[in-house]
Amino acid sequence: MARAFVGGLFACALAAPDAVAQLRGTGDLGVVIERAKGRVQVVDTTARTVLGTVDGLGDLSHASVVYSRDGRYAYVFGRDGGLTKVDLLERKIARRVMQAGNSIGGAVSQDGRVVAAQNYVPGGIKLFDAVTLELLADIPSAPGPDGQRSKVVGLADAPGQRFVASLFDAGEIWVIDARDPRAPKVERFRDAGRQPYDGLVTPDGRWYLAGLFGEDGLSLLDLWHPERGVRRILPGYGKGEEKLPVYKMPHLRGWAIAGGYAWLPAIGRHEVLVVDTRDWREVARVPVAGQPVFVIARPDGRQVWVNFAFPDNGRVQVVDTETRAVAATLEPGRAVLHMEFTPRGEEVWISARDDHRVVVVDTATLKTVATLASDSPSGIFFTSRAARMGF
Amino acid sequence: MNAARPLLLAAALAAMAAVAPALGEAGPGASAEAVASVADPDPARQRELLVLLRQDCGSCHGMRLTGGLGPALTPEALRTKPAESLAATIVHGRTGTAMPPWRRFISEAEADWLVARMFDGATDVDTR
Repeated sequence: MARAFVGGLFACALAAPDAVAQLRGTGDLGVVIERAKGRVQVVDTTARTVLGTVDGLGDLSHASVVYSRDGRYAYVFGRDGGLTKVDLLERKIARRVMQAGNSIGGAVSQDGRVVAAQNYVPGGIKLFDAVTLELLADIPSAPGPDGQRSKVVGLADAPGQRFVASLFDAGEIWVIDARDPRAPKVERFRDAGRQPYDGLVTPDGRWYLAGLFGEDGLSLLDLWHPERGVRRILPGYGKGEEKLPVYKMPHLRGWAIAGGYAWLPAIGRHEVLVVDTRDWREVARVPVAGQPVFVIARPDGRQVWVNFAFPDNGRVQVVDTETRAVAATLEPGRAVLHMEFTPRGEEVWISARDDHRVVVVDTATLKTVATLASDSPSGIFFTSRAARMGF
Repeated sequence: MNAARPLLLAAALAAMAAVAPALGEAGPGASAEAVASVADPDPARQRELLVLLRQDCGSCHGMRLTGGLGPALTPEALRTKPAESLAATIVHGRTGTAMPPWRRFISEAEADWLVARMFDGATDVDTR
């Protein structure tokens, strides 16, 4: 009896390593885009390590990622129109389709069943089954002034199985009802501002905000009341002053809503605009080190982190949301392209493209706690996005 | 492509001739060849320019120059475009579009050199 028991224990011990190694959650995982290699690194934010890489994703020179709602699969949108579903646990490609000639990103529906891609060429939005990547609907965009289909920017998910996007060339905002994803309904908002370059949905899913490149101001749509139409906020924030050159387009995605205020990159100005989300009026401006690209709130809203366009892309600034002033300037490496907070924000991962590393910084002490080697890293995307609206 | 070449060469030479005296590196007696070799960026700068093209122009035009918010810059896409206007667009930007002026970072001669590389499709560079 005793012998059989010992034998049983021994068998367990033998079987255990494999089974335990395979059984794990994905809540502390994520991917780092290695843009020049067409590859992603699968990373563990608890151990601060690279678990492995997944290759063969095509042109990732501009890539963005959304997650399945179980947090297991990363949908990677490549510049060349490739849409790749990457299995973080098995670290391999689960599905891959070439869905356009030139693409910029995508979104996942509220129920997680539909993946939407936003494309530049041919301009439009495509809906896919999240499990199989089967094409469900193809929604061509409206033509811009040159007669070509508009490039689609700022695609975001919204409550009610909707997607919202902006048309860069046509200057429109579209709300797409995808409750029947094979027969989506499009509501068009014309005259939504000149050259919207990106958009965001607020954390509560109520407001869609499009940044405008072609004019000073932003466009706002109340998704609770789309019948009220698009309205302009912060019109003429440059007040006729000559714009500084913009060497990289800012990105709005990634919430920068903190403490009831929206923190937004100004275009052609080295400033972050602070807007009260109750009345959408400007309340302050924070002078910063360059043209902001990403302005991202730490999940608790106590800090806003900002990175910059060329040639000021070696710096990252931390804005104190209470004093509305820059509290610290960091130099994590050359060509900082992206920042991603751990799920509750105690650390932030920063990609330094030209130093080929990802730097992990403690957001309380601002000390570097880890450095990971990475080949031309760009976007960093953690699975905590799976549960957040607008990500 | 063939049609563009002589024009390109002429534009490049004209630009080099214009820049060279200012640089003080080519005397009045210098031959066209000598001027061209002096005005070409040195190898280290050539590499910097190609990295800039891939990485920073690539923000809008794609790292593989296949286009993005900005148009494609592949040899096929540029075939019908006059070289001098492309170089001018790099240096001065294009009003009403998202193309900024790069004159703070790229000289006219360097812009001509970059445009010639784009026409050739010889823009590969190891970014490591």
